[in-house]
Amino acid sequence: MTKLPKLAWTRPREFRAAPFPVSSVTRSGWSSIAKALGEGQVTLLSLWGEPKAVCMALHDAQAHRVAVARLVLSKGDFPSVGRHHAPAQRLERTAADLFGLTVDDAPDTRPWLDHGRWEMAHPLGTAAPHSDATPYRFLPVEGESLHQVPVGPVHAGIIEPGHFRFTAQGETVVRLEERLGYVHKGIDRLMLGATLDRGAQLAGRTSGDSTVAYAMAFAQAAEAALGTEVPPRAFWLRGVMAELERLANHLGDIGAICNDAAFAMMLAQTSVLREKVLRAAATAFGHRFMRDRIVPGGVTTDLNRDGEARIRVLIEEIGERFPLLVDLYDNTASLLDRTVATGRVGPELVKRFGAGGYVGRASSRDFDVRRDLRYSPYDMLNLEVPLREDGDVNARVWIRIREVEKSCALISQLLSLMPQGDILAPVHPAGSPVEGLGLVEGFRGDILVWLSLEADNSIRRCHMRDPSWFQWPLLEAAVEGNIIADFPLCNKSFNCSYSGHDL
Amino acid sequence: MRRFLLEGLTRRPLTESPPAADDAMREELGRALVDVSRQKLGRSLAIRQVDAGSCNGCELEIHALSNPFYDLERFGLHFVASPRHADVLMVTGPVTRNMAEALRRTYDATPAPKFVVAVGDCAKDGGCFAGSYAVTGGVGSVVPVDLHIPGCPPDPTALLKGLLALLEEASARPGAT
Repeated sequence: MTKLPKLAWTRPREFRAAPFPVSSVTRSGWSSIAKALGEGQVTLLSLWGEPKAVCMALHDAQAHRVAVARLVLSKGDFPSVGRHHAPAQRLERTAADLFGLTVDDAPDTRPWLDHGRWEMAHPLGTAAPHSDATPYRFLPVEGESLHQVPVGPVHAGIIEPGHFRFTAQGETVVRLEERLGYVHKGIDRLMLGATLDRGAQLAGRTSGDSTVAYAMAFAQAAEAALGTEVPPRAFWLRGVMAELERLANHLGDIGAICNDAAFAMMLAQTSVLREKVLRAAATAFGHRFMRDRIVPGGVTTDLNRDGEARIRVLIEEIGERFPLLVDLYDNTASLLDRTVATGRVGPELVKRFGAGGYVGRASSRDFDVRRDLRYSPYDMLNLEVPLREDGDVNARVWIRIREVEKSCALISQLLSLMPQGDILAPVHPAGSPVEGLGLVEGFRGDILVWLSLEADNSIRRCHMRDPSWFQWPLLEAAVEGNIIADFPLCNKSFNCSYSGHDL
Repeated sequence: MRRFLLEGLTRRPLTESPPAADDAMREELGRALVDVSRQKLGRSLAIRQVDAGSCNGCELEIHALSNPFYDLERFGLHFVASPRHADVLMVTGPVTRNMAEALRRTYDATPAPKFVVAVGDCAKDGGCFAGSYAVTGGVGSVVPVDLHIPGCPPDPTALLKGLLALLEEASARPGAT
């Protein structure tokens, strides 16, 4: 076992209410952390670059605590973490693309988000003119009777763009290699120097299906950094919004997964429920996706009597209708034939990658930020986290089914216990540079926001890590040994974000 | 499953249920769509959606057009899997530099006459992403745009309204049909 350097481990009660204490580490300390990650002592929450430093956020699952390590760079290079711990590789490649940092001894030196088409290279470091786009080197494949199927970036359905390179033997996929970055909008750089309002706007547009979760994580990071006292009612309203968002996404996706197994009826049924959730959200909060409703300091829209009644009716309706759909899923043999044992991911891989959300929980990883790194309002609620071990498409569907039920129960709890009072508190500048961490359980998994603020509250650095970063690589593993025709099913059961990942 | 099929036969369709003002407007829009598209585009309009860097919000609402409340297909409008089958490209996002070539190629693969509908605030001029090193600044900077539907994201009714406006424009333009 590698000995970890001394780190300021912080419990949720502390980091959610105060600036985050960053631990400075030496190069050898950095390498020890990398080895400890490889040994599975701690879990990687994220890795990101800064103009003259590189940072890692770590999670100690047993002790429910988090640490952030920073290695200050004198020459712009740092020892590779991906060398010891594969989940860090794409994050390192991104730090190299954005900041021009060199990763020593990196197992993979190809660019990741940078396709050679931006206005400049290293947009967040010392920006340099771009050399011409060079063809991307996909991993070599060798063997008899192999053929390749390139798919994307423009896909056949109404989905986000990304490229999938399948290598197949007959019908069986022997390797899938993903290439992402097509929807990179340069959000990290747009954040530089931005006000908190503008930052919240951008955070809410990082991944459209998780706009509430992103806005909440961003607000958490800002509030922790600045020690803002958020009114209790605002926390409860955030909880209602977050659970409505989770409901809408799970309902839509359960149907969409079945639709990818050609069972269109389920999509028709769940899309009715999804639409009802969105309409209730529009009535209650004034926007179907509740975009721009959560800001640092609280929320911008209060819930009135009509809105509350509308949500209660919705929960009742889902309670009546949804069990019938669960029965339909569970009793349609031709559908289960497609989902059971398809796209399996083992528990050891999920643990190693620290994959969150239903991808992790369908493969024995018992982690939910709402319960394990608690935040308001969930610290005052009764929360059960569903868990399964089978790790296939079917398991991921069942986790989502159970989460729909839990979200309904949570919304009922939130509505009946909601305190009265203000919904928005003023956000005062700290007067000196501060840093804060936000961690939220979105419908897809844990979203991390790291925020460094200047003395006047303008943003010095904002790093947002989507849950998909640690789920996309597992999709490559899930598809191996399956037939190409089952890829849409596997892919939809993961439903990773492209925009949240590409930023 | 039998239960759901029987229910479908006996229950009133969701598309006609509670006649709120919103639904009435949608119904009205729907009828107008039928008239124009039959006249000009042979009863149907095939739409190919291209995400050129959106946050995925617009896609969710475009998806919603196919749910039983909006039921886009009853108007003869439907989504197709290939640009080669499309009359309309529905493009979302500020058009990232990494997607510009893919969008251009998709446009080139679409047979004429073709129409481009830019969907969402960022598709107009880059919206809140304008000025970034990684975006071109709107669909119009890469392919010619016939119509822009604003919103962040536009809701399904706004999308439907936009498609109607497109059809009117298409019928007014000589040679377009």
